[in-house]
Amino acid sequence: MLQAVWLIPALPLTGFLVLLIAGKRLGDPRAGWLATAMMGAAFLTTVVVFFGLVGRHGEERVFTQTIYTWIASGSFHVDVAFLVDPLSITMALFVTGVGTLIHLYAVGYMHGDEKFPKFFVYLNLFAFSMLMLVLSANFLLTFLGWEGVGACSYFLISFWFDRPTAASAGKKAFITNRIGDFGFMIAMFLIFATVGTLDYVPGLAALGRAPEYTASAIGLLLFLGAAGKSAQLPLYVWLPDAMEGPTPVSALIHAATMVTAGVFLMVRVNPVLAAAPDVGTFIAWVGVLTALFAATIACAQNDIKKVLAYSTISQLGYMFLAVGAGAYSAAIFHMVTHAFFKALLFLGAGSVIHGMHDEQDMKRMGGLRKLLPVTSATFIVGWLAIAGVPPFSGFWSKDDILLNAFDKSPALWAVGLLTALLTAYYMTRQVILVFYGDEKWKTAARPETPAEAHAEPEHEPVAAGAHGGGSPDPAAAHGAHGDFKPHESPRIMTIPLVILAVLAAFGGLLNLPFGGTPLEHWLEPVFGENLRHVTSSGGSKVVFATLAFAAAVFGGLVAAAIYRRHRIAEARVEPRILQRAWLIDELYQKVIAHPGQALSQWLASVFDAKVIDGAVNGVASLVRAGGTRLRVVQSGFVRSYALAVALGAVGILAFALVRSL
Amino acid sequence: MKVPGAWYLALAAALFCIGAVGLLVRRNVLVMFMCVELMLNAVNLTFVTFARMLDDIGGQTAVFFVLVVAAAEVVVGLGIIVSIFRRRAGATADDISFLKG
Repeated sequence: MLQAVWLIPALPLTGFLVLLIAGKRLGDPRAGWLATAMMGAAFLTTVVVFFGLVGRHGEERVFTQTIYTWIASGSFHVDVAFLVDPLSITMALFVTGVGTLIHLYAVGYMHGDEKFPKFFVYLNLFAFSMLMLVLSANFLLTFLGWEGVGACSYFLISFWFDRPTAASAGKKAFITNRIGDFGFMIAMFLIFATVGTLDYVPGLAALGRAPEYTASAIGLLLFLGAAGKSAQLPLYVWLPDAMEGPTPVSALIHAATMVTAGVFLMVRVNPVLAAAPDVGTFIAWVGVLTALFAATIACAQNDIKKVLAYSTISQLGYMFLAVGAGAYSAAIFHMVTHAFFKALLFLGAGSVIHGMHDEQDMKRMGGLRKLLPVTSATFIVGWLAIAGVPPFSGFWSKDDILLNAFDKSPALWAVGLLTALLTAYYMTRQVILVFYGDEKWKTAARPETPAEAHAEPEHEPVAAGAHGGGSPDPAAAHGAHGDFKPHESPRIMTIPLVILAVLAAFGGLLNLPFGGTPLEHWLEPVFGENLRHVTSSGGSKVVFATLAFAAAVFGGLVAAAIYRRHRIAEARVEPRILQRAWLIDELYQKVIAHPGQALSQWLASVFDAKVIDGAVNGVASLVRAGGTRLRVVQSGFVRSYALAVALGAVGILAFALVRSL
Repeated sequence: MKVPGAWYLALAAALFCIGAVGLLVRRNVLVMFMCVELMLNAVNLTFVTFARMLDDIGGQTAVFFVLVVAAAEVVVGLGIIVSIFRRRAGATADDISFLKG
């Protein structure tokens, strides 16, 4: 059954190729159905392979399938090969599983978009790249997938490229990721120089025996790559802007799967981190600080997707905290539960945006609970999961991370707990603003927006068809305010929501602390001795869990007091500096973009004009000056030429005579 | 009486020098042309002399080539001269300096 592993990436690849050729002909919605079917088939294949792996004993759960030799150059040898082990199959399972649901949702969400088939071309290509990334048996093939998902992310962020913001957001994501990719590449060079192979088996084991400074360098460079892909400080800036893409993309790529690639990579190279303990501490601190930093920003955002974007950065920070603490199974556990609840939240947000006719400002929503019953019920499940309320999944995974963080350093735990409080706060704020309170969409006066928005006729109450995804602010096209009623999304969009809500609610079962931690047990062969084992008693575990729960409840209550009971003016808890994300974009603009621009300006106006052009013009004037001198010789008088010839002949004769003497 | 080879060579050298000096000092294009012919034939004489002195047919062969080339050169050269004189009568070599750089 394990032999079927090659089918897992091959199915989305087939979908991609078919859609590339015949996508336009298949059209809307058949292209979407094909893509979804391919993803579903990939998921079923993964399940088959998973059971094949379960059928083996603990230490034998490693299987490599080589398709063909990709590069053979001297001692440098790279195969296109897949590595099946508990880690890669866990990743593949949730990538294909969540991916299928989001594909299904996208069929409804993107319905009516004029580039509908193209969207699924990219989506299937993304799925292929992501599966190559997680299933690959060597660094280079992982890097191929890594770049593939980066390219798809770029295509999909700037999917509506006629919006300047979307185009520039795509560029921003791409360029920021290049910085990280640079680190990944240097790390690969170092790895090859150190152990002479890029294969995970046995390269990683050999890397674990490398000297500490080599391992540290490799670990740090790989972490640079991971920080770019997984949006950690200081390379996180692209992810909030990436929300310019269609909402299913935000859910699939920028919440559930692609951004976890960095965490996956760090988990994969756990022997390197074990050989370089200081790097682990560094990663833990970067992770926890990112978590706190992004959480503070999320508290003051008004865009429904921006809140979730900063929340994603924050949750990824948690995963890196776990990686840095050596709690790899906790990182994967949180990655899986996060994929469930964050995909759910994003898809729920998409459903709200859809129902609100492309309104994204939470301050213009409110009271949607009754009008969008399925969306609000599932969103609330997602909220409870991410806020860390037992027994929902997020509680268990976050608690697992915090416990391990405390074991590493109490300071890490304290920052993590504060972040948990903030998480509950901003998510409660979001839920209240969107689903409770006054129906602000009835009365909220909109500032006049230019009429460039697609002039859309009134929506039909239930049809997804008129979804004008391509317009910057289509709600403006509705003219007078309050003349529309938010509506529930079609069933094709709510079914994935319900499934994800069930997963988000019960995902904790994967790794219950008092249920024998099945996920940890399952992943254990991959980590071996590198995994941190917390030796605290059951009693202290309960204390930690209670503290985390208390923090979540406190955060939620504060948010309720402010946004439900209006005890404090909203503006006072949303300072401008937080709304503008600590002015980090402005800082980068000043520190990096402006000097870069000035340098380019100087190169263009001074260096290019003086040095480059100067060299070219210099050669020309040199030739010209030489020519002016030499033209005197060409007098045009035949007899002077004859004289020169004669003198030359005499000279040669004289030379020959002198020599022969 | 057998004339020594050196005499022929001396004669050839003298002819060559006359031709060369004539080419340098005269301005009439036709005369310059004749001087060139004189130089060519001086060389021919050298070839023949050496061929005889060294008993080698190669020198005489070279002379044939020189004669053929000289004939061709005369055709082209005279053609050019005639066409020049058609445009401007009584032109000297120094008047024809169109190729001045």
